[in-house]
Amino acid sequence: MSVDRLRRDAPGSAGSGAVHSRALPRQLHPGAWWLWSLGLAAAASRTTNPVLLLLILAVAGFVVAARRGDAPWARSYAAFLRLGLLVLAARVVFAIVLGSPVGGTHVLFTLPQLPLPAWAQGVRLGGSVSLEGMLFALYEGLRLAVLLACVGAANALASPSRLLRSLPGALYEVGVAAVVAMTFAPNLVGDVRRLRAARRLRGRTDRGVRAVLSVGLPVLEGALERSVALAAAMDTRGFGRTADVSRRLARTAGALTPVGLLGVCSATYGLLTAGSHAWAVPVLLAGVAASGAGLALGGRRSVRTRYRPDPWALPEWLTAVSGALVAAALIWYAGHWPEALTPSVVPPTAPRLPLLPAAAVLIGLLPAFVTPEPPRSTR
Amino acid sequence: MITFEQVGVEYADADGPALRGVDLTIPEGELCLLVGPSGAGKSTLLGTVSGLVPHFTGGVLTGRVTVAGRDTRHHRPRELADVVGTVGQDPAGHFVTDTVEEELAYGMESLGLPPAVMRRRVEETLDLLGLADLRGRALSALSGGQRQRVAIGSVLTVHPKVLVLDEPTSALDPGAAEEVLAVVQRLVHDLGTTVLLSEHRLERVVQYADQVLLLPGPGEPPVLGDPAELMARSPVRPPVVDLGRLAGWSPLPLTVRDARRRAATLRERLPAPAVPAAGPPTGPAIAAASRLVVSRGPVPALRGVELALFPGQITALMGRNGAGKSTLLGSLVGLHAPDSGTVRVNGLVPHKSRPKDLIRSVGLVPQDPRDLLYAETVADECTAADQDAAAEPGTCRALLAALLPGIDDRCHPRDLSEGQRLTLALAVVLAARPPVILLDEPTRGLDYAAKARLVEILRTLAADGHAVLLATHDVELAAELAHRTAVLAEGEIVADGPTPEVVLASPTFAPQTAKILPPYLTVPEVAAALRELP
Repeated sequence: MSVDRLRRDAPGSAGSGAVHSRALPRQLHPGAWWLWSLGLAAAASRTTNPVLLLLILAVAGFVVAARRGDAPWARSYAAFLRLGLLVLAARVVFAIVLGSPVGGTHVLFTLPQLPLPAWAQGVRLGGSVSLEGMLFALYEGLRLAVLLACVGAANALASPSRLLRSLPGALYEVGVAAVVAMTFAPNLVGDVRRLRAARRLRGRTDRGVRAVLSVGLPVLEGALERSVALAAAMDTRGFGRTADVSRRLARTAGALTPVGLLGVCSATYGLLTAGSHAWAVPVLLAGVAASGAGLALGGRRSVRTRYRPDPWALPEWLTAVSGALVAAALIWYAGHWPEALTPSVVPPTAPRLPLLPAAAVLIGLLPAFVTPEPPRSTR
Repeated sequence: MITFEQVGVEYADADGPALRGVDLTIPEGELCLLVGPSGAGKSTLLGTVSGLVPHFTGGVLTGRVTVAGRDTRHHRPRELADVVGTVGQDPAGHFVTDTVEEELAYGMESLGLPPAVMRRRVEETLDLLGLADLRGRALSALSGGQRQRVAIGSVLTVHPKVLVLDEPTSALDPGAAEEVLAVVQRLVHDLGTTVLLSEHRLERVVQYADQVLLLPGPGEPPVLGDPAELMARSPVRPPVVDLGRLAGWSPLPLTVRDARRRAATLRERLPAPAVPAAGPPTGPAIAAASRLVVSRGPVPALRGVELALFPGQITALMGRNGAGKSTLLGSLVGLHAPDSGTVRVNGLVPHKSRPKDLIRSVGLVPQDPRDLLYAETVADECTAADQDAAAEPGTCRALLAALLPGIDDRCHPRDLSEGQRLTLALAVVLAARPPVILLDEPTRGLDYAAKARLVEILRTLAADGHAVLLATHDVELAAELAHRTAVLAEGEIVADGPTPEVVLASPTFAPQTAKILPPYLTVPEVAAALRELP
């Protein structure tokens, strides 16, 4: 699949520092995959050109096919693709039934229009469907679908729980809470299914809203019992052990983080609102520094160490940078030649493939070649 | 290693103390087995060692418990995590991460061990517990025995001096239970770990114990001593000990091998048992599955099952965890639609029948009886059951009183003991008078007394002409109760016949008595034969 197989290092050359060797199968740092896919998503959000969007989709799909592992979550790309198709279909159906905000002269067909009372003015049901409206809906829907596919790619390449595990020490407890919550949902679904089956055993019907509602209380009781059991298990395994730190340090850390975040929020507001706010950039930098320092100080309370942390080496840099490059190129291009990225629908024109953005999107393929292969269990 | 000094525990809303006057020392490197009936305080005692009692459960702890010199009153469970490893009854509730390797490392990460040490210990533990092939596997994809081993491994990596196990094998099939106990024994031998273990199924564990800690009843002071001596006094005993008491052997044998050596003379005295003519089923089958194929998700759970149930016959369904037992029971009550093949119960097609009609033909008590119980009190539950079944008001309550007298009407079903809850669920099911009764793993968590009551109840039901099918891992229960045994493996019935024939043919499913005095299956049979001797 990739050229690097031919150039693989001799096995003897892999020393103890070999985590950085591309020849050894290992998991890429989850953060790198998420940055890469966010880059692709940012690029996709800048264009409605269907050719470019499909190209982004293809790039993400190729990398997923080349670099996903065999864990259960590796199959989530297909699930997200299906979800994307559903969104696309819904968008088009709504455009047909409810009409489209873009007017158009090329009428494809006309649906019988439902007369609505006066208070529902502005809402239209049925009526003529124009080519322009359909194209608009199609492009918009496609963009949403590609955004979803980018998230799906990140999910398939690195499970969110692995990402949460690489949070800094001070945020570790938040991360665990999120992981526990994520495993909670599937359990809850299982409980509901089991209890609905049990309703049948009591001779009550298991269909309808009432059946689902009536199992609510037992499901909640079960969920509560399970969380208490998990909390007990985590406590006996040393969760929440803290190092002794001076109270002054703890207080400083506790104060720095919220103050810093407050600064970041107000600076972002300043940057995003109209008009120039000279204070915004310095406040933003100060806020980032303060919350970073708060997290670092807070991390000292945690005695936790990490088992086989994912290294951040050259492949991670390349992956993250390739995603950022794609995003940057499309944002820059959209600023200069917007018409190439948003093909006109009124009047309808055939979308063309702008060469420079297309070449930029292809940079997103880089991870498929420069990252190590994921380890596969030999089953 | 563990010392108790005048320890007592009392919970706020309880009538009496859960534990009283515990004053003993458990030496290092022993495998100590906690023995006692339900409600005698076994879990509470285990909790005091890990620090969960009183820090997590509440209640008042008097006296002093020290583990490796640390007073549990002043150390929270997390501060004891490096000396005590605890695994609860349900390993799935214990997991924090999602793959085997990360789960093994989790405890060490919390303690802040250096990465190099963690790496080495994970590898050692993978080898010690035979988990090396599963290292990257998702925890949700493991079988019951594998999960239990991973749970034990996950507390072992911090090298605790004490391991506390609460019913480690009660949810496992006989094979998986042996797998887990072999690991526990290896820890005691190779690492010198002190193990404190409670288990209802004594026949599985008593031969491994160095010491037995007997809790005779609620609030009575426990006794620590030699297993053979204490078994002579214990109110709960495995069949091998019962047999030894019956034959008057002293000291009592604890292993099948010991008992077999002693049994030579007894074996000669005993007549060949009159093979109870496993009366050919009278009349037509009341429920039948024919070439039944059922899929759960992408994998077929049942592949062409043939099974018929007859009135008055008790059938035991055995097989590994995941062999398809629960799916078969579910198909008989219409929870799963067959992919192909047919199911008929009392003339109905279960998955197409209305629940209201179906409960008059077949009733299922699920693995966790709590699933069937919604009401706030026992009395409400019984009233609701009468309404569901369109039975005379009071039917269910009368059934419950007949099955197990003395359950308080105002009790919340969740506050009942396991045995009482099972009986309540059975009464709820029986209110509709179904001719076919199915039970999924009914003896999980029951002590010997509750089990004996269940045996009585089911025998009476069969004598009244009910067809009973029970899925179980409990070989002793099957031998004692079932007229017929069917064995499921990989979704197919691999053996089906009179219980003596099936269980004597397989060492995994043979009860202890059958291994000592074949072809006798249970101690009461031997006792009856001895009585008839001149």
